[in-house]
Amino acid sequence: MSEAIVSLRNVEKRYIRGKQSVDVLQGLSLDIPKGEFVALMGPSGSGKTTLLNLIGGLDTPTAGEITVAGQRLDKLGSGALARWRANHVGFVFQFYNLMPMLSAQRNVELPLLLTRLSASQRKSNAMAALTLVGIADRAKHKPSELSGGQAQRVAIARALVADPTLLVCDEPTGDLDRKSADDVLHLLQMLNRDHGKSVVMVTHDPKAAEFASRVLHMDKGALLEAGTALA
Amino acid sequence: MKYLPLIWATLWRKKTRTIFTLLSVVVAFLLFGMLETVADAFAHPDTGVTGADKLISTNKYSITLSLPFSDAQQIRSVPGVAEVTWISWFGGYYQESKNFVFALPIDTDSYFNLHKDEFIVGAEQMQAFRNTRTGALVNSALMKKFGWKIGDKIPLHSTIWTRKEDGSLDWTFDIVGTIGVKDPTQASAQSSTLLFHYELFDEGRSFGKGEVGWFEERVDDPAQSAAISGRIDALFANSPNETKTQPANDFTMAFIKQFGDIGFVLRAILGAVFFALLFLTGNTMMQSVRERIPELAVLKTLGFGDGKVLMLVLAESLLLCMIAAVIGLALSYAALPIIKMGLQGVKLSPAALIPGIGIAVLLALVVGAAPAMRAMRLSIVDALADKR
Repeated sequence: MSEAIVSLRNVEKRYIRGKQSVDVLQGLSLDIPKGEFVALMGPSGSGKTTLLNLIGGLDTPTAGEITVAGQRLDKLGSGALARWRANHVGFVFQFYNLMPMLSAQRNVELPLLLTRLSASQRKSNAMAALTLVGIADRAKHKPSELSGGQAQRVAIARALVADPTLLVCDEPTGDLDRKSADDVLHLLQMLNRDHGKSVVMVTHDPKAAEFASRVLHMDKGALLEAGTALA
Repeated sequence: MKYLPLIWATLWRKKTRTIFTLLSVVVAFLLFGMLETVADAFAHPDTGVTGADKLISTNKYSITLSLPFSDAQQIRSVPGVAEVTWISWFGGYYQESKNFVFALPIDTDSYFNLHKDEFIVGAEQMQAFRNTRTGALVNSALMKKFGWKIGDKIPLHSTIWTRKEDGSLDWTFDIVGTIGVKDPTQASAQSSTLLFHYELFDEGRSFGKGEVGWFEERVDDPAQSAAISGRIDALFANSPNETKTQPANDFTMAFIKQFGDIGFVLRAILGAVFFALLFLTGNTMMQSVRERIPELAVLKTLGFGDGKVLMLVLAESLLLCMIAAVIGLALSYAALPIIKMGLQGVKLSPAALIPGIGIAVLLALVVGAAPAMRAMRLSIVDALADKR
């Protein structure tokens, strides 16, 4: 088995909502080998997004160990986590979450503002990412001038541009028609297969899950079973 | 600098709102520039009096109370006093009260002897002034302002002095020459000056005959000014007309303060304006951040740290306030000539606008602090919960 890019040991996550305490994840352990495309499925409230947030370094566990790309995330403070996210992980959201006032190219350049690259290098890298996702011709367009599929491609270019090892995708096709969804999924698959990006994707869509090399099912804060490669 | 396009784009996310906010801050800084320049001019007046060798003697209890003309002889006898002249406040204007004229009745010989080498008057015009009982020497800027020329007969309305002849407040003068100043720094202070004969004034007025507003002295040695002042005041101690002698600049300051603490009043107005502006701009910034919570969360997701997000919001506030301040202050600078028209004799300095930049920075930090803190403390997970 190849080296794990994601490793979780006895992870627990508890939210306090007023006087109530809600256990979302309970003693969860998981290994995702480097270069794998994992789909995470389960009913609403099963803890998929919470798990994704922990893997992406957006949140910290109540207990347990999380190691991603060789870094113990549960030991990092918010500043160190922010720097880690900038260097190691790319995010793709259901509703794209692009900056509405910036062009596609400027949106893709955003993560590069945190690097020491010059303006021309940032632009060149952004254009390369847009070319990779097949949308370079829309570089000057604002998100409101793009279709859903195009906007999601821009979001994927933004996730890729800093060359992270891991892509974390939360329902990336949830807002797209079938055709656009398939295009986006083919793109993610290509990035996984041809560019070695590890992908962890939350989805409700069984057809989307077919693009993953492994499907994990969650319910009530725990993993139920591990699927096998389908695509 | 690399964040500027992001900050700029964010600032103009809602164009109409930004324009209206910008305009309100521009108006505030326009007001600041105009009022601060005036307040500064009153706080540091250009007194129009040169040299440290000049003293002024007024009535000890109020500069509005007069002194007997006969005191001049006694003052002249004080050791160290080189020259004495006397003047009264005429309080004149031309046609309308807004057309203020700094009209002074003077004793020609003693006045020009005391102010030796300060004024420029042509020899022929000076002779004409001496020969013409109703003659007046007028500053060339004032001539230009009202379109007067030599030979014109002009009426001035006094706010105080009625004429013995007909009880009228209107006095008529013949312009016989122009008067200028050698020191260009005094040009503004002297720009409304009109000089006429004290004899005409004293004989023509219906009351106050034989009295003067104040005496002006030139001393041989400025280092002895304090001692000489003491000697002059000692002459009239315990008399019905006790004097207060002080350096000429101090007298002018005291004269200006008759109008009240103008600087305080103007700055109180400005304080109220900026206080109101704090709420307006602060509320706009807060609303702007509230609308952008998902976007700020995305920036944090991409790796922008708490401090960086805080700085971005503060920078946006700073950019807005600085643009508005620069426009507002530039407009107030452009308006200086208009203000000068309404404040004859007051020297307006563009340097008074400089603190405006500091105020803009302070305003930006104060109005940006709360929204910036909110953005900094934003929880990514909570902010994205409704936007995935």
